[in-house]
Amino acid sequence: MDFTQLIFGRLTLDAFPVHEPILVATFLVVLLGGGAVLGAVTYYKLWGYLWREWFTSIDHKKIGVMYIVLAIIMLLRGFADALMMRLQQAMASGGGEGYLNSHHYDQIFTAHGVIMIFFVAMPLVTGLINLVVPLQIGARDVAFPFLNNFSFWMTAAGAVLVMISLFVGEFAQTGWLAYPPLSGVDYSPGVGVDYYIWALQVAGVGTLLSGINLVVTIVKMRCPGMTLMKMPVFVWTALCTNILIVAIFPVLTATLALLSLDRYVGTNFFTNDLGGNPMMYVNLIWIWGHPEVYVLILPAFGVFSEVVSTFSGKRLFGYTSMVYATLVITILSYIVWLHHFFTMGAGASVNSFFGITTMIISIPTGAKLFNWLFTMYRGRIRFDVPMLWTVGFMITFVIGGMTGVLLAVPPADFVLHNSLFLVAHFHNVIIGGVVFGMFAGIYYWFPKAFGFRLDPFWGKVSFWGWLIGFYLAFMPLYALGLMGVTRRLSQFEDTSLYWYFVVAGIGSLFVLGGILAFIMQVYVSIRDRERLRDTTGDPWDGRTLEWSTSSPPPVYNFAFTPMVHDLDAWWDMKSRGYKRPLEGFQPIHMPKNTGTGIILAGLSVVLAFALIWHIWWLVIVSAVATAAVAIWHTFDYNRDFYIPADEVTQAEDERTRSLAGGSV
Amino acid sequence: MSSAPNAANAAARDGADHHGGAAHGSFRGYMIGFLLSVVLTIIPFWLVMGDVFGNNMVTAVFVLELGVVQIFVHMYYFLHMNTKSEGGWTMMALIFTVVIVLIALIGSMWVMHHLNTHMMPMSPEHMMHQMP
Repeated sequence: MDFTQLIFGRLTLDAFPVHEPILVATFLVVLLGGGAVLGAVTYYKLWGYLWREWFTSIDHKKIGVMYIVLAIIMLLRGFADALMMRLQQAMASGGGEGYLNSHHYDQIFTAHGVIMIFFVAMPLVTGLINLVVPLQIGARDVAFPFLNNFSFWMTAAGAVLVMISLFVGEFAQTGWLAYPPLSGVDYSPGVGVDYYIWALQVAGVGTLLSGINLVVTIVKMRCPGMTLMKMPVFVWTALCTNILIVAIFPVLTATLALLSLDRYVGTNFFTNDLGGNPMMYVNLIWIWGHPEVYVLILPAFGVFSEVVSTFSGKRLFGYTSMVYATLVITILSYIVWLHHFFTMGAGASVNSFFGITTMIISIPTGAKLFNWLFTMYRGRIRFDVPMLWTVGFMITFVIGGMTGVLLAVPPADFVLHNSLFLVAHFHNVIIGGVVFGMFAGIYYWFPKAFGFRLDPFWGKVSFWGWLIGFYLAFMPLYALGLMGVTRRLSQFEDTSLYWYFVVAGIGSLFVLGGILAFIMQVYVSIRDRERLRDTTGDPWDGRTLEWSTSSPPPVYNFAFTPMVHDLDAWWDMKSRGYKRPLEGFQPIHMPKNTGTGIILAGLSVVLAFALIWHIWWLVIVSAVATAAVAIWHTFDYNRDFYIPADEVTQAEDERTRSLAGGSV
Repeated sequence: MSSAPNAANAAARDGADHHGGAAHGSFRGYMIGFLLSVVLTIIPFWLVMGDVFGNNMVTAVFVLELGVVQIFVHMYYFLHMNTKSEGGWTMMALIFTVVIVLIALIGSMWVMHHLNTHMMPMSPEHMMHQMP
C-alpha cells in the first residue's frame, strides 16, 4: 500500500467528475449560489444568530421548521433530477440519443428516488409532526429535546452525504433500493453504493431516534384530560407513523448492514454463490419498504382530517372510525410487502395471500375518504388553499388507489410490473397523497409557526401548477406502461412514444411552475408579513389546542398546561367562553440549547465519508471522536434552566395587548 | 384555570419520568437475574463445545430456545417489565413487538421457502448445495 493510498484511501483526483460538463456546470452554479448565501449570512452577521437560535435549538417548533427547510432544499435537488430524466426521455424517444450517458442517467434516477423519499418526504413528515404534535397535545416540548435536535442533524448529515456524492465520486446506479447482486461489490465496485448505504444509515439513526422520541411524547406528555380517544386525528396518525418507524427502521439498518458486510468484508449474504441469496435482500428491504410508504401517507391523512374539519366548520365525521381505520392500516401495512415482488417466483398461494391483503388495505382507506366527504357534506366550506389541496388529494388519490388495487392483482402485476404504469401509480399516490398533504399542512400551520399567513394568491398558483402538472406528467406514463414501456430506460428505439414523453415533459414544467410559485409565495409572504399578520393565534377558527396559544407560540408553548374535556378541545373551550389566565404565572422549567447534536452529526459525516473512501485512519479517528463527544455530553449536567415568572408575565401581557389590538 | 392543579400535574409528570410506574429492582432480584443469565449462557456453550446431542439441528434448536428464555429473564429482572408497568404500555409494546417480529420471521421463511422450491438449478455446484 503506497503512501497516498494510506492517506486518501480510494479517493484520487479521478473521483472529481471534471469530464462531465453537466456536473461541472452544476458545481459552478452550486458554488456561486452557495457562496452567495454564505456571503450574505456572513455580511449580515447572521452566523451567531443562526447558531444560537436555530442550529443548537432544542425547541421542537424550530427543529420542525428546520426539517421542512431541509426538505424544500432537497426537493429542488430531487426535482432537478426529475426534470433531467423527463428531458432525456423526451429527447431519446424522438430518435436522438439524448444528452445523458447511461452511467449518469442511472445515477440520476437512483438519486431522485432516494432523495425524494428519504430527504424530502421523510423530513416533511417528521418536520410537520415535530412542529404540530407537542402543540396539539398541550405539551411544552417533545420528551427528549436534545435527541430531537440530534435526530434532525443526523437526517441533514445523510442529505449532505448524498450531495457530496454529486461532486466527489458518484452515486449508486442501482435504483432507489439497491438490489443485489447489482449492488454487490462484483457489479458495483465503485463508491456509489457505499454513498447510498452510509447516507441512509446516518439518516436512519436520526429517523429512528426521532420516531422513539415522538412515540414517547405522544404516549406520556398529553395534557390532563386528553385521553387517547380525545387526541386530534393528526396526533393519532403521527403516533401510528412513529410506531411504524420504530418497528421497521431497524430492519432497514440490518439489511443495509448485511449488504455492507458483503461489500466490505466479503461475506456472502446476498451474493449469487457460496450460499448467498439476493432474493432475501429483496424480501427484507420490502419488509421495511412497504410500511415506509404508510409512514409517509398516514400523517398526510392526519393533515387532511384537520384541514377538512376546520375549513368545513364541523367536527370530523366518524372520528372513531378514522382512528380504527388508521390502526388497521398500520397493522395491515406489515403483511403486504410481497406485492412488490410478485414476479420473483413465490408461486400462487403466496401471491394470492399478499394480493388479497393488499386489496383489503383499500377498505379502511376508502372509509377515510368517505369520512372526509361526509365531513364536507352540509359543512360551511371555506375554499382556502389547504382545502384546495385536500380536494385535489381526494380526487387524485382515488385514481392512484384504484391503479394500486389493479397492481395488487398478481396476474395483472405480471404484465404491469417494472413498467411505467407502476411509476405512474406510485407517483400518483405519493404526489397526490403525501406531497399535497404536506403542502396543505405547511399552508395551514405556517401562521402558527411564524405569526403571519402565507400569501393565498401564490398558494393557489402553486396548487394549480402541481395539480395540472401532475396529471400531464403521469397520465401519459400510465398509457406508456400499458403499452409495455419499462421503467429506468434512457434510450428508446420506438419513436412513436415521442409525444407521450413530450406531454409528460410539459407536465413536469407545470410542476416546476408550482415549486417556483411556492418559493415566490414564501418570499411574498415575508415581504408582506404585516398585511398577513395573525394577531389572534387562531387565523382559521381552528378546533385543536395549537390554535389556543399565540402565533408564533412562546418558547414554552403554554403558560399553563391546558385541560381538555372534549375532542376538538379548543373549539370546546371557545364555545364555553374560555378566558385566558392573565396572572399567577410561575417560572417554567425548560431545557437548554446545545451544540452537541450538530457536532455529532458533523463527525458522522466525516466517519461515513472515510468509510466510503476506505480512508481507514480517518475512520478510526472520527469513530473515536464521535464516541468521545457522545460520552462527554452525558456528563454535561447543566442542561436546564427556569424561565423566570417575570418573563412569562411579560410575554403573556404582550399577547394580551396584541389580542386587544387585533380584535378591533 | 388556576395554577395549583398545573403544579400538581407537573410534579406528577416529573415523578412519572423517574419511576414510570415500573417496579424498582432489588439487589436480590438483580442477583437472581444475573445468575440465571450466566447459567443460561453456560448451557449453550456446554451444548456446543461438548457436542452433547451429537446432532447439529437439535443443538441449534436448544440454543435458540435458551436464547428466548434469556430474553424473558432480562425483561423481567433487569427491565422490570410486567403487565402493569407504565400503565400497561410496556406490555402492549411487547405484544406488538412479538407480533411484528413473528410476522417478519414467519412471513420471510414462508416466502423464501417457496422461492427456493421454485428456483431453477443454476449450476452443478448449486445443485450440490440443494441436495439434502
